Amino acid sequence: MSAAAAKANAKSRAARAKKIRQFITPEGVDLELKIASSGLRFGALLVDLILIVLALFLFSLVMLWIGFASQSDITIVVWMLGAFVLRTFWFIGFELGSRAATPGKRLMGIRVVARDGGRLTADAVVARNLIRELELFLPLMMLGVGAAEDMVSGWTMAAGVLWSLTLSLFLLFNRDRMRMGDLIAGTWVVMAQRVKLDADIATDAAGDAMQFSEAELSVYGIFELQELERVLRGKDARAMREVADTIRAKIGRPVAEEDDVFLLSYYRQLKSRLERKLLFGKRREDKYASD
Amino acid sequence: MIPAAAPTRPLDAPSFSASRFRAEREADWIAFDRLLTKLEKKGAKALTSDELLQLPLLYRATLSSLSIARATSLDKALLDHLEALSIRGYFLVYGVRETRWSRIRRFFLYDWPAAVRSVWKETIIISLIILLGAITSYSLVASNPEWYYNFVGEDMAGGRDPRATKEFLQSTLGHGKAAGESESGLHIFATYLFTHNSRVSILSFALGFAFGVPTMMLEFYQGIGLGAMMAVFAGKGLGFDFGGWLFIHGTTELFAAALSGAAGLRIGAAVVFPGARSRLQAASHAGRTAGKVMIGVILMLFMAGLLEGFGRQLITDTMLRYGIGTLMLLFWIAYYYIPRREDVT
Repeated sequence: MSAAAAKANAKSRAARAKKIRQFITPEGVDLELKIASSGLRFGALLVDLILIVLALFLFSLVMLWIGFASQSDITIVVWMLGAFVLRTFWFIGFELGSRAATPGKRLMGIRVVARDGGRLTADAVVARNLIRELELFLPLMMLGVGAAEDMVSGWTMAAGVLWSLTLSLFLLFNRDRMRMGDLIAGTWVVMAQRVKLDADIATDAAGDAMQFSEAELSVYGIFELQELERVLRGKDARAMREVADTIRAKIGRPVAEEDDVFLLSYYRQLKSRLERKLLFGKRREDKYASD
Repeated sequence: MIPAAAPTRPLDAPSFSASRFRAEREADWIAFDRLLTKLEKKGAKALTSDELLQLPLLYRATLSSLSIARATSLDKALLDHLEALSIRGYFLVYGVRETRWSRIRRFFLYDWPAAVRSVWKETIIISLIILLGAITSYSLVASNPEWYYNFVGEDMAGGRDPRATKEFLQSTLGHGKAAGESESGLHIFATYLFTHNSRVSILSFALGFAFGVPTMMLEFYQGIGLGAMMAVFAGKGLGFDFGGWLFIHGTTELFAAALSGAAGLRIGAAVVFPGARSRLQAASHAGRTAGKVMIGVILMLFMAGLLEGFGRQLITDTMLRYGIGTLMLLFWIAYYYIPRREDVT
């Protein structure tokens, strides 16, 4: 039972490590960029497409209104050019900005970076986004062509769609979640979400209310500590009660104090114990690792 | 020699603690965060010189904090914050080295022509393919007009096929009485041509990674349509006029088409023959060159759209059309291929 759980823990750690890419700054610090998941990428694309359609709709309304008011067909030209620019340069324009992310990407907390660690250049952004045109529209085009021409049999059409889908879904088939466009432009899409600096809960005055013995503290490792931190920061009374009960049962303490006082004291002392060990070069990943 | 520890301090409170580390450095992180937010929102111009001097210092302080925190702290919130802050800082501090204006200037003066120059082999190949397509269909249609219907679709031909009379064909060239649409429709027509041609070019570029084969096919097909049309007009003795009709914008448009094909082919070639580099590296290197070429192609097509929509409809003299077409061709060739001193970046 515990062996299986230990294995599962190790596996999830390995899975997380697999998404991390070494990225060393000139100062010699590894930024450990995390590759953005395909779900986030798809979400970002969806948000962008919705925004584009919305913008196009508003733009069309305005142009229609101006067109009727002025009785001039120059608005048709403006509309066509505007639609073209919007469709082609929406992604390029936003990714050339300092945050290298479209609104959809910003929402998902991801951004584009150059794979070689250098500056993200305009030509790379252009290349990766012109290829997008193909990835998005080729499957649709295949369907359209197949439907338009009767001589194309159903199977040929299916093969065409399948072929173009493998291009579009290319990012599912490689470790780095690169689109065809990323591959050719030499870019990656990585996590870049902002994280607020939360208060340091380890300095809370309530943290010294209880004292735990060395034996009571030695049952948990870093993984459990950080889960405990998450619960404490979440401040959900029911989750705290559950976790507190689990810990009490594990170390054999009666229910005597408030849950938050108990958890905070335990967290603080466990953290300082594990950090002390860390300073001596001993990193205990989880409760299954040897102390 | 081991310094004697202060005897009053209990064993549980080591002289270094994560909390104390944070208390000491937190001000720097907050200042750096504020500076980055300002930089992102308002750009480098909004920063005072004092803040600009602070930026690299705070950046390095944050990076060093990250290193220390990773080695000593188990506070997940703190680690995540520092990591996110460092990543954000890195890309801002190292990201921008040029103003937008100088970037644009460099693109037009050096990068664009240099990128086009570097794909000269591919450009020649694609041009030959287009030419081959044109010659093939020309000779086929000239010997047997029935071939025409295989090459040019009904909607694209718009009545310009071997059955048409000479007068009708002449009218489509803008000489006869039924000189196409009224002038008010010209700009719409030009815009349509521009957006349509851009689509096709982007496609022929993007298809390049499939070893360049679809790109070559697409370009061959363009040549086919051209040659078939040419054969129909030449058969009625209108070859010279048709040439002028085509030449005025065709030099720019076909050049752009050839360049977009060349950009696609460059990527395909890099994937097939990566040379000493890995395939991925070669592809990304080729992709960047091709990206630059493609920005240029879109600009060229915009000009071609203007020439086609306005120039061709307003200028009906065949010699003048030839003149403008030749001038444009010379301009492009001079712009791309005349050697110049590169600026060193």
